[in-house]
Amino acid sequence: MFATLAPILLQATLETFSMVISALVLGTTFGLPIGVVLATSGRGELFEAPLFQKIIGPIVNATRSVPFIILAVAIIPFTRLVAGTSIGTAAAIVPLTVAAIPFIARIIEGAIREVDGGLVEAAQAMGARPFQVVTKVLLPEALPGIIHGLTLTAVTLIGYSAMVGAVGAGGLGDLGIRYGYQRFRPDVMAAVVITLIVVVQMVQSLGDWLARKADKRNI
Amino acid sequence: MIRLSNVQKTYPARRGSPAHKALHGIDLDIAAGEIVGVIGRSGAGKSTLIRCINLLEVPTAGSVIVDGTDVTQLVKRDLPLFRRQLGMVFQHFNLLSSRTVYDNIALPLELAGASKAEIAAAVDPLLPLVGLEDKRDRYPAELSGGQKQRVGIARALSSNPKVVLCDEVTSALDPETTRQILSLLRDINKRLGLTMVVITHEMAVVKQLCDRVAVMDGGVIVEEGKVDAIFANPTHATTQSLLADEFLDYPARPNAAANANTGQEA
Repeated sequence: MFATLAPILLQATLETFSMVISALVLGTTFGLPIGVVLATSGRGELFEAPLFQKIIGPIVNATRSVPFIILAVAIIPFTRLVAGTSIGTAAAIVPLTVAAIPFIARIIEGAIREVDGGLVEAAQAMGARPFQVVTKVLLPEALPGIIHGLTLTAVTLIGYSAMVGAVGAGGLGDLGIRYGYQRFRPDVMAAVVITLIVVVQMVQSLGDWLARKADKRNI
Repeated sequence: MIRLSNVQKTYPARRGSPAHKALHGIDLDIAAGEIVGVIGRSGAGKSTLIRCINLLEVPTAGSVIVDGTDVTQLVKRDLPLFRRQLGMVFQHFNLLSSRTVYDNIALPLELAGASKAEIAAAVDPLLPLVGLEDKRDRYPAELSGGQKQRVGIARALSSNPKVVLCDEVTSALDPETTRQILSLLRDINKRLGLTMVVITHEMAVVKQLCDRVAVMDGGVIVEEGKVDAIFANPTHATTQSLLADEFLDYPARPNAAANANTGQEA
C-alpha cells in the first residue's frame, strides 16, 4: 500500500511546495513595497502621502477580511485572465498570491514600525536620502521581524493551499479531500495530515533559525 | 562657522494639542573650532535648536548660516549633501543593531557612495582614535554604553565633518563613562579642530567640555558667555538653579533650588 501511496504523496507535497513558494515570492515582490509605503507614508514620515495611505489601507484591509475560500472563488475570472485557466496548480498560485500580498504588506509594515525612530533620524542626520533610509536602515533593522512574518505567511499559505483544492488545484489538501475523505481512505488522510504537520514544523524551524541568524540584538 | 539669526520654530496645532512655539527668536554665533554648550531643562527648546542647525527641524523663521551658506534656503534635494558636512552624536547612540562597529562607522560614507577602499581609509584610523580597535567586528549588543557612544562619535567623524552636533551624549552614561567620553570629545576637538555644539542639561558637562555656554529657558537664550564667566557670575535664575543642581556647595537662591527638576529630556 505504501508503495502506491508514496508517489502520490510526494507529488502532492511538491505541488504544495511549488504553490506556496511561488505565492510567497510573488506576494513578497508586491507586498514588500506596499508594506514599506504603508509604514512610511503617514503624516511627518519619510514619504509623507496621507492620501495614499488612506486609499491603500482600506484596500489591504478589505482583501484581508474576505475568507480565503470565498476570495479564491470570487476572483476566478481574474485567475482565468492571468493564468489562462482556473484549474490546476499554476492557476491556484493566483488567488494564493492575491491573499498573500496584503498579508505580507501588513507584516512588513509592522516590522518596519518596530524600528526605533532614532535610527531614521540618525540616518537623515548623516545625509541619507529617503530611499537610502529604507534600504540601509529600515529593511536591515526590520529583517528579523520580516523573516518571522514571512514564516507565518508560509505556514498560512500551506493552509490556504489545501483550500484551493476546492477550486481544482492539486497539492496535499486536494489529496486529502479527494482520496482521504471522498473515497473513504483514512490511511491517505492520516498520511496527508502527518505530512502537513512535518512540513509546517520544518518551515517554522527554518524560519526561526534564519530569524535568529539575522537578529544581532541579543548576542 | 555657524550663525543663527532670529531662529523661530512653531509646531503646528494637532488634534488635541494647540500650536506650540518651541523657539522664540534665537541668535547665536559659533566660531570655528569652538565648543559651545547649550544648556537648559526639559522643554527649554535645546533639542529643537540643535536640530535646526542640520535642518532635521526646519525653522519657521530666521536664518541658519553654516560655513557661509544660509541652509534654510536649500531645496530638499540638497539637504542630504549639506548634512554630510555635519556629524551628529545622540543620547541613545542610535547605532544599527544589524551592523558591526566597523559597518556602523562606515555608514555615512556608504550613504555618500564612497568605495570600499575609501571607507577603509577613513574608518581604520578612527577605531584607535576612539579606542575600539579590538571591537571592530562586534555588534552593538555586545558593547557597553560607553563603547556604543564611542562608536557613535567615530561614526559622526567618519565623513570628515567640520561641525559635530552632540545631543545629550552623556545623559545615558554613568559618571565615570561620562568623564571618559567628554575627555575624548575634548581631545578630538583639539586634534581635528572641529566645531562642536553640545546640548546638555548638566552643568558638569559644560564645565568639563565647553568654551562657551548659552543657557536656554522657555525657547529663548537667557544668558550666554564664556564658561568661566558664567560659572563665576551667573545672573539668570535658570543658570543659578542649574548650577545648584550639581554643585551642592553653590549658594543658590532658595526658591530657585526648590523649583529644580532633574528630569531628563523626553
